[in-house]
Order: sequence, then C-alpha cells, then structure tokens
Amino acid sequence: MLELQHQLASGLALGGVYAITALALVMIFQATQLLNFAQGEMAMFSTYLAWTFINNGWNYWSAFAATLALSFVGGVLIQRFIVRPFAHAPVLASVIIFIGLSFIFNALAGFLFGYSVQSFDSPFDGPPWFGNKFMSASESGSVLVSLAVLVLVFAFFRYTPLGLAMRAAAQNPTSARLVGVRVGSMLALGWGLAAAIGAVAGMMAAPIVYLDPNMMGGILLYAFAGAVLGGIDNPWGAVLGGFLVGVAENLLGAYVVGEEVKLSVALVVIIAVLVAKPSGLFGRRIVARV
Amino acid sequence: MRALTRVGWFFAILFGLSAPFWLSGYRLYQFSQVLIYAIALLGLNLLTGFNGQISLGHGAFFAIGGYGAAILIVKLGLPYWVAIPAASVVCFIAGFLFGFPALRLGGLYLALATFALAVATPQLLAYKGFDALTGGSQGLQVLKPTAPFGWPLNVDQWTFLICLASTGTLFVLARNLLNGRVGRALIAIRDHPIAAEAMGIDAALYKTICFGISAFYAGVAGGLDAVAVGFVAPESFGLPLSLAFLVGIVVGGLASIGGALFGALFIEFVPNYADQLTVFLGENAKALPGAIYGVLMIVMMAIAPTGVAGLVRSMVRMMRSSGRT
Amino acid sequence: MSAILRVVGLKAFYGPIEALHGIDFEVEDGRVTALLGANGAGKTTTLRAVSAMIRREGTLEYAGRPLRARAPEDVARLGVAHVPDGRGTFTDLSVEENLRLGAYARRDRRKLKADFERVFGYFPRLAERIKQQAGTLSGGEQQMLAIARALLSAPRLLLLDEPSFGLAPLVVSEIFRILRAINENDGVSILLVEQNAGLALDLATRAYLLETGRVVVGGDASAIRANDSVRRAYLGY
Repeated sequence: MLELQHQLASGLALGGVYAITALALVMIFQATQLLNFAQGEMAMFSTYLAWTFINNGWNYWSAFAATLALSFVGGVLIQRFIVRPFAHAPVLASVIIFIGLSFIFNALAGFLFGYSVQSFDSPFDGPPWFGNKFMSASESGSVLVSLAVLVLVFAFFRYTPLGLAMRAAAQNPTSARLVGVRVGSMLALGWGLAAAIGAVAGMMAAPIVYLDPNMMGGILLYAFAGAVLGGIDNPWGAVLGGFLVGVAENLLGAYVVGEEVKLSVALVVIIAVLVAKPSGLFGRRIVARV
Repeated sequence: MRALTRVGWFFAILFGLSAPFWLSGYRLYQFSQVLIYAIALLGLNLLTGFNGQISLGHGAFFAIGGYGAAILIVKLGLPYWVAIPAASVVCFIAGFLFGFPALRLGGLYLALATFALAVATPQLLAYKGFDALTGGSQGLQVLKPTAPFGWPLNVDQWTFLICLASTGTLFVLARNLLNGRVGRALIAIRDHPIAAEAMGIDAALYKTICFGISAFYAGVAGGLDAVAVGFVAPESFGLPLSLAFLVGIVVGGLASIGGALFGALFIEFVPNYADQLTVFLGENAKALPGAIYGVLMIVMMAIAPTGVAGLVRSMVRMMRSSGRT
Repeated sequence: MSAILRVVGLKAFYGPIEALHGIDFEVEDGRVTALLGANGAGKTTTLRAVSAMIRREGTLEYAGRPLRARAPEDVARLGVAHVPDGRGTFTDLSVEENLRLGAYARRDRRKLKADFERVFGYFPRLAERIKQQAGTLSGGEQQMLAIARALLSAPRLLLLDEPSFGLAPLVVSEIFRILRAINENDGVSILLVEQNAGLALDLATRAYLLETGRVVVGGDASAIRANDSVRRAYLGY
C-alpha cells in the first residue's frame, strides 16, 4: 500500500512537470495553431543556464529568477525572429523550423555544457513535509512549484488586462486589432511566457531525471500526451491531462508494462486519443486544415 | 534541363559502377550508407514531399526493415536476398495499416503521432519480453553477405553493389510512379485535397497506399542497413534517426527524386566530417552536426524551400536563360 | 463644419485586385454620414481601408491630421472604433470581458466607470447578461455588445458596418434609436454603412452612394431621400 502511495506521489511530481509543459504547449497552440516541438530543448537549455548560475555561487532562487527572465526574453526573441517570418507558411515549414530549433538548442547545450550527465539539486531538501510517509520533500516542493505556476498563470490570464488582451489576440486576432491590441506583441509575449514556464518545468525535472542535453525528450512526449488527452485547445484540460499521464506512467510502469517501455504508453495515448476522440477529454473542436 | 539531368545521372551511375574498384573499404562502406539513406529518403519524400503527409517517425519503419531482416536471417536462417524483401513487405503492410489512422490526423497531428512513434521505438525494440527474438538491448549480429558464385568481390564491394542495384531499381520505380497518374494524384491530394476528391480521386486509398510504399522503401533501406553494418541495436533507431531523415529531405529537396541523393550524401558525411573536427575542437564538437542540421533547416526554409535539388534547377535555368540572351 | 474624417482619392486592394477606384468623402465632426449601395459596392471595403485592415492608397485626414497609421491597432488607438460586419464579438469570452477589451487601449481611464454606467444605460440587457458567454447572446444582443464595446474606447469616430444585418425590425429600430442618442448626447461622429437605406438616411446628415467601387452620388442626406430618381435607381425603393 505504501508502495502504491509512493508511486502515486512521484507520479504527481513528474505529472506536475508534464502539466506545466503541456500548458506551455497549449498556450502556443491556441495562439498560433502550431505545436512547439522545440519546447523540450528550450526547457533543457534554460535548466543548463540555471545550473551555470548555481555553479557560479548564486543561490537557488536567484538563479531561478534570472533563468526565468532570460528564458522569457529568449522566447520573445525566438517568436520575433524565427517564428514570425514563417507565420503564413504551410504547416510542414513550421514543423521543420521547430525541429531545426530543437537541433540548435541541443547542439548549443552540448557544446557549451558538455554531454556528461550532471546532477541538479532540488531546492527542497530535508525531511518530508508535515511528517508524511509517502512524498519526499523534493517531490512535495516540485508539486508545489508546479501548482504555483498554474495558479499564477491562471490569475494572469483571468484577472489582468494584459492577460485578457492575450486571450483575445489568440481567439480573434482581427477583432483584437480593432480594439487596439497589438497582436504581434501578444504572440511574442505568449512565447516568452511559454519559454519561462518551460524553464520551470526543466528545473523541476532535473533533480529527478538528471541534467543532460537529452533529458527532455521523453518528458516532451509525455507532455504532448497530456495535452492531447486533456484537449489540445483547452489549457486546463491539458494540465489535468499532464497530471493523469504522470500518475498513469508511474503506475503502469511499476505494475503493468514495466519500466523499460513506459514511453510506448505515451505513444498509445496519443494515437488512441487522436483517432478516437481528437478533441480529447475537454477540448472543443479540432482544427481541420482543409 | 533534361539533357543536364541525364548527364548528371550518367556520371552518378558511372561513379557507382566503378566505385567498388577504386574506393577503399571504408569509403565504399560510407557510400553504401549513402545509397541506403537515399532509398529511405526517397520513401519519406514520397510521403511528405509529394503527398504532404508529415512523418517524423520513419526511423520506425527503417527499424522494422532492419530488425525484420535480421531476425529472418539470424533466427530462421534465410538468405539476405529473401530476408530483406520479406521484411520490406512487412513494412509495407505496417505502413499501409498505419496509414488508416493517419487519414484522420491532419498534418500537425500526424507529425505528433509519428514523433511519438520515433521516441517510443527504441524502448519497444529493447523490450525484455521480445528478448528471444530481438536480442533485447544487445541487438542482433548479422553476417555480412558474400559474393555469389565465388566472384572475386569482397564483402564491402558486394554489399555496395547490392545497394547500388536496389537503389537504382527503386529510384526508377519511384520515377515511373511519380511521372504517371499516381504521382499526379498524390500531388493533387497534397495541394488541393478537396478539389482532388471532387475530381474522383479516392484520396483515402492513395494516401494509405502511399504510406505503405513509403514504409516499404524505408524497410528496404533498413534491411540493407542491417546487412551492411552487420548488426541491429535498439539505440540506433530512435528519434535522431527519424529527424536525420527529415533533415535529409529538407536539404536535398522536398518533392524531388534527385534530392534524395543529395540529402543522403549530406546526412552521411556531415556527421563524419564533424567527427574528424573533434580532434581540433575537442570532445564537444560532437554538437556540430546537430548545429549544422538545425541552422540549415531554418535557413533552407527561408531561402531555398526546394532544397539543393531546387537550387541546382534554378541555377541551370539561370545559366540557360542568360546563354540565350 | 469641420470634418473628422476627410478622404480623397481612396483606393483599396485585396491582394492585387483593386476594389475601390479612388473615392472621395467626408464625415462631419459630430454628425452621422452614411455609405449606401448594393452588395459588393465597396462599402465594407471602405471601412476596412479606413481602419488599415487592407492595403490602401490615397489621402486620409483624421481630426485635421494625415492618417498615416499602417495597422488597425494603431488606427484604433487614435480614437477610431470600428464595429465590423459580423460584429467581431469575442464569442468565447464573457460579456464583461468583451467590454473590458473595448476599454483596453483607451488613454483616458478616469471616466471609465462613468462610461460603463452610460453604456449600461443604453443597453440594460448587457448588464443583465454580464457574466454570460458572448457567443450565446442573441444576434441583437451581440450587436449591442459590439457597439457598447466600441463606445468604451471613448472614440471620436465610430465606424459601423451594417448594424441592421440579420436582425428583427424591432431590434433594429431600438439600435438606431440608441445610435441617434450616442451621436447627439456624446458627440460621437458616425460613419455608417448600411444596406437599409431608409433607416440610414433618417439618421444621417450626409450620404454617399457607392457602386462597384466608386461614389456615384454624394450630398445632403435629406436631399437624397427626397430625390425619387436617385432612390429608385440606386436604392431600389
């Protein structure tokens, strides 16, 4: 029983990582109808930045803040200079661009930081919180940070004028322009936000999966699975999907299919959902590019 | 243009036929790899370039061909010239079957599904449950083919000639396919799917068959690769392989047959040269191929969406028109 | 009488196709000007050109200064509120969020609360449905929402594209009554595109008739209404 609880707990910890990554993916999808295949590599690179700060003596939370800021700027620049020029290009062109971006980030990380696996400590150490028996301090902390990100993002979009403008720009760019919203800037902000969220995901994942240039490949796949499961155009569905996938991955891995083929769980989820119910559990419509 | 293409192919074939006799063993092996990749790229180009179905997971079909052939050779004792075609037929069926759910997925979602396939493939290949068949994470060792009838060709030379013959046949097959009604139908489905249906083209049938043929090509390439390299192991068939194929068709030229050859040369030799540079730039120069791939993908989309093949065509057109005036 | 909007030689393009072939018109400050004509005459195109939604050439003067803005969001920020054909409602957002978006770019925020109250005064039904998702409103309510949203940007010039479209006559007359009040009480100039010529000519002081991208008749609205041959030839009644 304890074992099951522990599997659930670590499933939630990784699920939090998948959930916020899925959120970033859906944010970009809602605004641009594109899937950011480079999301994982961007997050990995951000995590290496944090690691560099920490190695240079910064304390964890200063490094965290600086990394978020830099990632935000990076996301804005990527949207402005690499994504925007191809805004009206066919889907294949965008897919190729994103794959190209992921190659570049992967190579940059390998070149600057090396390919050996590094450890990345969680800032939450010490005894388990509230004396609980099934979740370590770092797992609790990770879930907390993920939830904090989700709450902050939700509040931003729901209660701030800028968040409202971004939602409007994503849903109806023409009308948004007519009320004075600078849609181009909103898209850039969206990318910045997605990059910053990705950075958090990377920093929460690194203590669990260790830091190396290829750390985010599997995580990106699970995040996609979560986003698809929850509904690719529904941010909160995607978040729920991410948590579900995290828990399912752990439970199935421990009790059903074995640790070594866990990735195929994601594969099955993605294909099954896309074929059977493309809008996922909570999505509304599936874009048919006709 | 026709004349220039013919000349180009003539020299390529001349090079190919003579290569076994003046290239060293290792170089010959590399060019065998080029031919193998060219077949795979041609298959992917058929699907993605000509028919517009984005596949980020062709490494999986390559793997089915490779593992299929290896299993038939090692476990059933079949000769390579039976095992490879047999495994390729399995690939055709697998691709054809995958094509059905693929019909329901638009461009981006198909890309996602095939992406998932690519990431999951190595784990599936290494699965302990299939150990007896696949050799688990160790993979399988395959004996390289020897020349028949006691011909005086060593293993590398004979392998190269097999690859050459396969590539030649499959290229001619592709060209005939694409120049005819099938090719036009595929392109119509890619560019104007509604109009194509309205004209009576059964898009579903063409698309699934295209998937099957594309997988077949990848399977032949995989089978040849298993035999040329001498073993199959799970780690070689992951996402990097599928993405390398994508890079190959982008660089070589989407919707171009000759482009497959350019792309294959690119993805075979760029990592190779980058490796040699590690002597000068240190261990981390491993990153160079990835960086080149990434930058080139973006640059090519910006300035040369038709790839190297397209650039050559434009250059030829420019030369011809300037010659005329 | 000064003009809030003066347009000379306006050409507009959809891609390579020229849809307006050089038209001239004026909107008097504080008054209603109507653009009339059959389907395809170029009325909506004209509004889109003013809002910089499509490529245009020609001289445009707004509030006495050349209108050089290149993007719709910049035109909007100058105090031009455009209610497009189809109303352009943010259907997935609530009524309140739609309204707050109207106020997004306004410079003068001090009077925002008062403006909200005024808008609810014109359209009490919107206050009742404030939390409702905009896409579930009826056609008439969405039209009211679109106008309310435009008003909340504190515009000097309101561009209205076929406010009567698809609405029941009772709803239409209510909306036009409110438009008259907005014009007279708040001093908002209106450039009104309408197929319902009768309604438009009742409200407007000036009117222009468009036909296939050209102005064929322009002048005093009551004069046009009284001119039988013009009415029969161009307005069909």
